[in-house]
Amino acid sequence: MPVDVGLARLSNDLIAGGIVAYSVAFLGFALDAAFGEGFDKKASASAEQAVVPAQVPALVGASTAGSLPEGSTSADATGAAAGAGAADGAGARGASTSSDKYKLPRRSGLFAVVCTVIGWLLEGGAILSRGLSVHRLPWGNMYEFTLALTFASVTAFLVLMTRQRARFLGVFLMAPVVLALGLAVLVLYVPAAPLMPALHSYWLAIHVTAAIVASGVFIVGTAATVMFLIADRYALAAAAGKPVRFTGLARMMPDRDVLDRTAYRAYAFAFPIWTFAVIAGAIWAEYAWGHYWQWDPKETWAFITWVVYAGYLHARATAGWRGRKAAYVAMLGFATILFNFFVVNIFISGMHSYAGV
Amino acid sequence: MSDTHVDIDEDALSAEVSKLDTIPESPDEYGTRQRARRTPGGSAMSVLRWAWYSLTSMRTALILLFLLALASVPGSILPQRGGSDPLRVSDYYAKHPTLAPILDHLGLFNVFGSAWFAAIYLLLFISLAGCVLPRSRRHLRAMRLRPPAAPRNISRLPVSTSWHTDQSPDDALGRAHELLRRKHFRADRADNVDSRADRADNVDSRADRADNVDFRADRADTVDSRADRGTGPTSSVNAEKGHLRETGNLLFHVSLLVVLVGIALTSVFGFTGSALVKEHDGFTDTTIDYDSFSPGRFVNIDKLPPFSFTLNKFEATYQRGGPANGDANSFAANVSWQPSLGAPPRDYTIEVNHPLSTQGTNVYLANHGYAPHFIVRDGSGHSFDETVPFIPQPGTSQYDGVVKLPDAKPQQLGITGIFLPTASANPVNGMPTSIFPAPDNPAVVIGVFSGDLGLNSGLPQSVYALDTAKMSRIATTTLRPGDTLTLPNGAGTVTFVGYDQWAAFNITHDPGKPVVFGAVCATVLGLVMSLAIRRRRLWVRASRDDSGRTLVEVGGLTRTDASGGFEDEFKRLVTALQSVVPPTAQDG
Ligand code: HEM
Repeated sequence: MPVDVGLARLSNDLIAGGIVAYSVAFLGFALDAAFGEGFDKKASASAEQAVVPAQVPALVGASTAGSLPEGSTSADATGAAAGAGAADGAGARGASTSSDKYKLPRRSGLFAVVCTVIGWLLEGGAILSRGLSVHRLPWGNMYEFTLALTFASVTAFLVLMTRQRARFLGVFLMAPVVLALGLAVLVLYVPAAPLMPALHSYWLAIHVTAAIVASGVFIVGTAATVMFLIADRYALAAAAGKPVRFTGLARMMPDRDVLDRTAYRAYAFAFPIWTFAVIAGAIWAEYAWGHYWQWDPKETWAFITWVVYAGYLHARATAGWRGRKAAYVAMLGFATILFNFFVVNIFISGMHSYAGV
Repeated sequence: MSDTHVDIDEDALSAEVSKLDTIPESPDEYGTRQRARRTPGGSAMSVLRWAWYSLTSMRTALILLFLLALASVPGSILPQRGGSDPLRVSDYYAKHPTLAPILDHLGLFNVFGSAWFAAIYLLLFISLAGCVLPRSRRHLRAMRLRPPAAPRNISRLPVSTSWHTDQSPDDALGRAHELLRRKHFRADRADNVDSRADRADNVDSRADRADNVDFRADRADTVDSRADRGTGPTSSVNAEKGHLRETGNLLFHVSLLVVLVGIALTSVFGFTGSALVKEHDGFTDTTIDYDSFSPGRFVNIDKLPPFSFTLNKFEATYQRGGPANGDANSFAANVSWQPSLGAPPRDYTIEVNHPLSTQGTNVYLANHGYAPHFIVRDGSGHSFDETVPFIPQPGTSQYDGVVKLPDAKPQQLGITGIFLPTASANPVNGMPTSIFPAPDNPAVVIGVFSGDLGLNSGLPQSVYALDTAKMSRIATTTLRPGDTLTLPNGAGTVTFVGYDQWAAFNITHDPGKPVVFGAVCATVLGLVMSLAIRRRRLWVRASRDDSGRTLVEVGGLTRTDASGGFEDEFKRLVTALQSVVPPTAQDG
């Protein structure tokens, strides 16, 4: 079937709009982070306890539980909890901290989220119209793959925001997203065209889709890990009594534990999907070539990524490795994804020659 | 064992948290094991034990995982002998004449088959087996144990709450017990137990300390004798949920071992080979009929599955018109095959994603092309009938090949040819080229050489290339089916009769494949279970306080390393508990 040129052009316009929206979102998140109320450590630590059911009189978080005298009446307990500030993670925040000074940035945070959603819709439209214009899943070359990948990570970010406080990831996520999309449009762009026949297979569709979703979520995890490493550095410097520069940057970071846990969640979600992607690829190879595993460079790097993230999960469970060292392992995992995408696709030839650049 | 009571020393709480798994490295347990690990000691036995514990530690697994990743890197960057294009190795030799032999010596052109790569993954898998099999045993035992008793001070648990109720403690606990069971907690009631007995029993769902199990039984009697030390007996519900996390984790790791077993099965009992078959020709599963064949270590090549097939017809269809003009739509090899000699032949169509399977052996369609049919008459009037497979030229729809006639007289003849399925004149230079892969207007462009084919030089020669060093070109022309070229000086004639097609097949016998496939599915299942399920414990205690009212305390514990979110669940549980054990009015 011929390429629908009108739809292909629409796709290009939509992606341009998407990039603009994401860039504005990035600025909004940056404003929010730099001048906003900051991420109160305790509040974000107990972010998951956001809504305290009315009929629970004295639910206390870890921080205050220890201070409760045994056998205290529940009225005491409520007082203690509120006094210790654990409850302010919940409703208190919205109402009581609205001094004028913070109004603009807090709005900019909200504004950034709205822009992200708009950009996300535009990008989704771009991917959809590209797919319709060529009558296939639009992830057949590096340009399309980059679009799908960034779309997956923004989706993951939005979903995460509905489940926990995750707006703090905005700056560190939107920056690479905008960068990647700029690269896609300026360098990797190829006009809409049908796919080479070797790529017609639904196992391939499953395999690539899974790889995109997993990589997209790995990106979100990486953003959290980068923030964790920065926050950790500040915390270490502060603990050692060293002067801490750029305190603004430190202030925009939530608690280290929150960052670490957010990153872990992302990796733990993405890892089984990545595992599945590798397996689906093997099944496809089995159909196509009669060999499920041939150590083709792309396969090899998918395997390396898998091994490194398995290493991360182990590091996190091993005394002496959790924290910083585990975070480095996760960064290494992300580096292997980048290597696979840029270096292997472009410079190392193998059977997966679909880079289209 | 609802009579197991007792209490956690609060300081041991963090240690307790990590005990929600069978992870081998919690700090306060395994004292002896730890010591064995750190110090090799003097005797051979203790050195061995130390080596074994070190090998099976998580830290070692971590390091081996890194080594495995690192070791794979050169395999993806340097050309590999077993890879998609082995010729690149010789290219590399030509380009880097000094470096290449060194790399070769280190096994870097065959990384994934090298001894050191095997050493890494074998060590990793021994470590895995040594770690996971005992863990599985412990876990099986832990699955049968009842939830541990409530700690003395529930409010010191990471999450806890309390409220007064108008119900009696007995009632409240009854309802809590029922609710938790309904929510699939493994829940026990422990009535009137002293909350200050020895913590040792409690410690664990971790049946891993073999002695601990016995401990429990031994201590049952000590409990009463100590009752006087506590604040008096209390009753509680002890609940626990999420053993499936550990089950999933073990399933995952054990499946990895099974994957390796499957791969080993194939490399030992499997084989793979390829064969090019022309239309009307047959293939029999014997080593002579293979163009290339690599058997596993224990494959008896005299006992290959006795099947055979004949390629009746090869059919390809192509996209006509549009931007994808000329792209292949389908390939089909129509064969008649017999599972064994003398069996009645059956018809089958082998397609790209549709192999022929028999006796655990699969025949895949891998490639196809044309085999032009020539009749060559030499100067002495002798005639040769040759149908020769021509090989597709990447990026074009042309096929190249050569015909060698070492027996031609008076001189040997050689023909280089290009088969053009749809011949057309190149608009730029007028040269014949093929503009479509289907045989719409077939033609063959040939160059005829006479002289010495060089077959006796002793050097191996490709059947697809002509060494023209000692030959001279005597004719060049384009022939259509039925055309005959008369060679100059009475050297004879060349007739292009027509063409057949050929298909190339990959033939593999992969006995480990079902094993690998099953295990790989199990790894995903195990992973999802292991990463999505949370292991947690919950205790509910109800007692009369000094004022005679019923105080309900609820506390919970989960693994610190889990991804969080337990607080939410705890809150929901508390809400549910309060709907069956409502707080006294003035509390609300
Ligand atoms: C072939 C090599 C191995 C791979 C690919 C691998 C992979 C994994 C993965 C992906 C996890 C995450 C699942 C989870 O967190 O629950 C995990 C967890 C775990 N692995 Fe392995 N593993 C390997 C070898 C080993 C070995 C040799 C040991 C024993 C020392 C081991 C012990 C554990 C333990 C105790 C956990 C649980 C950690 C936790 O719950 O956070 N693994 N492994």
